[in-house]
Amino acid sequence: MRWRPIAGIVLRQIYLFRSSPVRLLPTFAWVAIDIVVWGFITRYLNTVSGSHVNFVPSLLGAVLFWDFFTRIMQGVTTAFFEDVWSRNFLNLFATPLSISEYVTGLVLTSVATSIVGLCAMLVLATLVFGLSFVSLGLMLIPFVLVLFLFGVALGITASAMVLRLGPASEWLVWPMPALLSPFVGVYYPLSTLPAWMRDVGYLLPPSYVFEGMRALVNGESFSAAALAAGAALSIVQLLLAGYLFARVFRYTVRSGLLARYSAESVG
Amino acid sequence: MSIVLGVSDLCKSYSQVTAVEQVSFAVRSHEIVGLLGPNGAGKTTTINMILGVLAPTRGSITIGGIDAAKHRSQALARTNFAAVYATLPGNLTVEQNLRFFGLVYGIKGLSSRIDTLIEQFDLGQLRTTRCGVLSSGEQTRVALAKALLNRPELLLLDEPTASLDPAAAQTVRQQIRALARNEGCGILWTSHNMYEVEEVCDRVLFVSRGRILLEGDPRALPAAHGARTLEELFIQLAREPLQTAEERTR
Repeated sequence: MRWRPIAGIVLRQIYLFRSSPVRLLPTFAWVAIDIVVWGFITRYLNTVSGSHVNFVPSLLGAVLFWDFFTRIMQGVTTAFFEDVWSRNFLNLFATPLSISEYVTGLVLTSVATSIVGLCAMLVLATLVFGLSFVSLGLMLIPFVLVLFLFGVALGITASAMVLRLGPASEWLVWPMPALLSPFVGVYYPLSTLPAWMRDVGYLLPPSYVFEGMRALVNGESFSAAALAAGAALSIVQLLLAGYLFARVFRYTVRSGLLARYSAESVG
Repeated sequence: MSIVLGVSDLCKSYSQVTAVEQVSFAVRSHEIVGLLGPNGAGKTTTINMILGVLAPTRGSITIGGIDAAKHRSQALARTNFAAVYATLPGNLTVEQNLRFFGLVYGIKGLSSRIDTLIEQFDLGQLRTTRCGVLSSGEQTRVALAKALLNRPELLLLDEPTASLDPAAAQTVRQQIRALARNEGCGILWTSHNMYEVEEVCDRVLFVSRGRILLEGDPRALPAAHGARTLEELFIQLAREPLQTAEERTR
């Protein structure tokens, strides 16, 4: 892989952010709204609940993690959509750019935007609502890493889907995190779910993160092996996503879909 | 003159339709070859296959002696293109587009290359203007500047002057000819403007229904085939496309 083409993909996104502040809205505004809404809900629950549970780290922390995952996934897809929206595939893929360089560029773009968003969320949640990740300690790193890997895998899968089905399928991408959220137990333990939903949840790496996070903040026993399984699952899914994108790309080149993506409208 | 593009027995079929059939030709350095034919003849399909965005059903393409199927990136690093239907992202400025594509092509000394091309195509005033608000003529100049970023050995131009006024089109033709003459670039040019083809191209290939029907010097071909002008020959060929070059000669 060469660094210049990857830098080109990242630089393009920086240009777009710089020239259009509206693009910053998903990075900061919606995230901030989520934190504020859930921050007040957790405060309210703390006052009305008689239990010993502190809802700030368990609920607000979960919201923050889930938003981070969503930003990572949408960071990849949004960078990809820029090429869909500007009908740029012909210009882009008639260059020496390889698929691995292109996808790496999308992922780095997503990392940059998501880290900025995560920092903003952390500052807001800590200063305004007293969220502290002290109880998580160093486990914060593998939690964030698993969410990051799965977010990237889902972003690449969603991009492959749009490449294969056409620009209109963009509308199937945006609700993806919301569709997954009931299965991964963002706000409740997996044991709350019926068996079939729990089985689906075990296939999704974020479920191991949220189970682990809840155990740690509640001072319960935490299974490092389960988190390791979640990490392994996310790596396998990332590799599968990369394979899927490359396969879909080859299909679009063979079928003529890639060339038509630019030259004419795709339904 | 070395061969910069070699196309051999190229075919592209979709389930029921054959878009390109047994097309073979070469483009040499310093040479401008016109790829002519009616709409739907297979010109753009051929160009898309050369650019690696469409896989041939059969046949091979070499760019600068490199097999494009086996070494896609190396082959495409030696080529570039401009086409009316492939406009550059309208939400980036002229300079941003050139920098973006310059990086994607892996160009060293990019800033000075951009400065040179901006001067060459008289884009100084438009440097910080978004491409989406440029006139079609200005967009064509930016597309040509992008097409020359990597000093391509092979340049593919799909109707590059289609949206230009006569004066601008003449300037572009002069620049392209100078590029072939001075930098040794081989150029494959499609156009429906036969006057332009006669002025610019050293050789033309007439394509119809995916096949090459005729090949030769655009200034000598009309007389050799009983037509007064290249345009007349084009119309004749477009109306009786099933005759191959061999059949016509017989």
